[in-house]
Amino acid sequence: MRTFDYVRADSSAQAAKQGSSQGAEVFLAGGTTLLDLVKLDVMKVEQIVDINRLPLKQIEPLSDGRLRIGTLVSNTELATHPLVRERYPLLSQALLAGASTQLRNKATTGGNVMQRVRCNYFRDGISACNKREPGSGCAAIGGLSRSVHAVLGTSEQCIATHPSDMCVAMAAIGAQVTVQGPNGLRDIPFADFHLLPGDSPWREHALQPHELITHITLDAPLAGSQSAYLKLRDRASYQFALASSAVIVRLESGRIAEARLALGGVATKPWRATEAERFLMGKRPSLALFNQAGELAMRGAVTTEHNAFKVPLGQQVLVRNLRDLTLQEASA
Amino acid sequence: MTDSSKTVNTFTPTVEAIETSRRNFLKFGASGAAAVTLSGVLPGMAAQALAQPAVIDAHTPKAGERRIRLTVNGVAQELNVATNAILLDVLRDRLQLTGTKKGCDHGQCGACTLLVNGVAINSCLSIAVQHDGDAITTIEGLAQNGTLHPVQEAFWEHDAYQCGYCTSGQIMSAVAILQDPAIGRDDASVREAMSGNICRCGAYKNILAAVQSARGKMARVG
Repeated sequence: MRTFDYVRADSSAQAAKQGSSQGAEVFLAGGTTLLDLVKLDVMKVEQIVDINRLPLKQIEPLSDGRLRIGTLVSNTELATHPLVRERYPLLSQALLAGASTQLRNKATTGGNVMQRVRCNYFRDGISACNKREPGSGCAAIGGLSRSVHAVLGTSEQCIATHPSDMCVAMAAIGAQVTVQGPNGLRDIPFADFHLLPGDSPWREHALQPHELITHITLDAPLAGSQSAYLKLRDRASYQFALASSAVIVRLESGRIAEARLALGGVATKPWRATEAERFLMGKRPSLALFNQAGELAMRGAVTTEHNAFKVPLGQQVLVRNLRDLTLQEASA
Repeated sequence: MTDSSKTVNTFTPTVEAIETSRRNFLKFGASGAAAVTLSGVLPGMAAQALAQPAVIDAHTPKAGERRIRLTVNGVAQELNVATNAILLDVLRDRLQLTGTKKGCDHGQCGACTLLVNGVAINSCLSIAVQHDGDAITTIEGLAQNGTLHPVQEAFWEHDAYQCGYCTSGQIMSAVAILQDPAIGRDDASVREAMSGNICRCGAYKNILAAVQSARGKMARVG
């Protein structure tokens, strides 16, 4: 493994001065993505700024009903926190559907948001990959592209899926990402945090150089709603999603008063299906209705030779989740 | 298996490692008698709760190194490590604790699982310097005074391995899971919680039986 300098940050402000969200000076939290990719020499770091001693490990309810999560809260701590289990069950379910026990113990909230794609051509360090080597091409297009390659939000430059489960739940819930930069703090709406690959797939997020995520604040839970995270994958545990859905839905007098739908495993970023949400508004739940919503959510999909199955699978993971939340009797 | 076969010598280190460790232990004043085998030494030393850290490296760190203090299986140790030294490699190569195995080296197989401050993690995805001041428990630290940990005993009794390479990681995960009230007690929950430990021999059925049996043993003891 390449050598690098090591600095331990004593404050967020100091960390922001020394480290960066991209390039050769990087922040170290759990390390489950970073050290993996440094070993593969995919991330060519020169300095690691260790932020693990910063006081960013709290989960705090705010007076306006939101929940503020320190960036260093582990995936395990977040998934099992009583307030998360009670107010955001889909977030707890999404976290526990990701990775393994020991990885969740190590991985952090901010690190999960910042995790890199699982595309083999990105990770192998050799193949054409515009993310790793801008302008080199995309070996996944026309290559093997079954499991971790997207059908929504793709471009001619990159088709890798965003691998996080947690982020799909957060996309449905809504959140603000608070970042510390050299000139102070700012908030980025979660929906704007991850970028589509477009013509610059090496730009993955809205952070400026030297900005450090300090907190993620979840929107207040939707009163009277029900929610769930559903993940479909090649094996029952410890596997990335082929398709997943995070659904929050509130019924009023038998009609859908509000719906928030997000998809994972099928898109290049945590994917909010806003058109399908609008379509459901005011309508009575039924399988036929949900099938139409699923079709809407996957409309515009661009598939490869290997991942066309994700279009019906994406529909189904949404339909099944909506069905189980609103039509229990019918599905029994 | 009979009780007489339950010794702590399951993970006997190589002669080379014993010799190296003997030199180190003698250097910092451990008794020669205690240095006969590593597996016998560490739990005993843990019980003694040494007030002074064992100094592995006396010299000041060289360029590109940091001085860190790790409490490994109850024994405080001070050593210099390169900033890019991985925790797993430091334990195996510097402290001769080779019970923790290197499998994939990328956080995918779980062979390197150990406890940091009581929490199970993949030691292949940590740099040692980030654990300065932490308490680490490896497979060598489970047996106490020559008596196997109930999980080790259960793995033995249930033949929960074939080649044995993943076993120390499986056992460390099991120890953590059995102490965690957030993880369910049913078979499905245990299988899910243990899914980060891959067994190429496919001994999963017996591993599950061992974990559940250890749960019973620990309940009786505690």
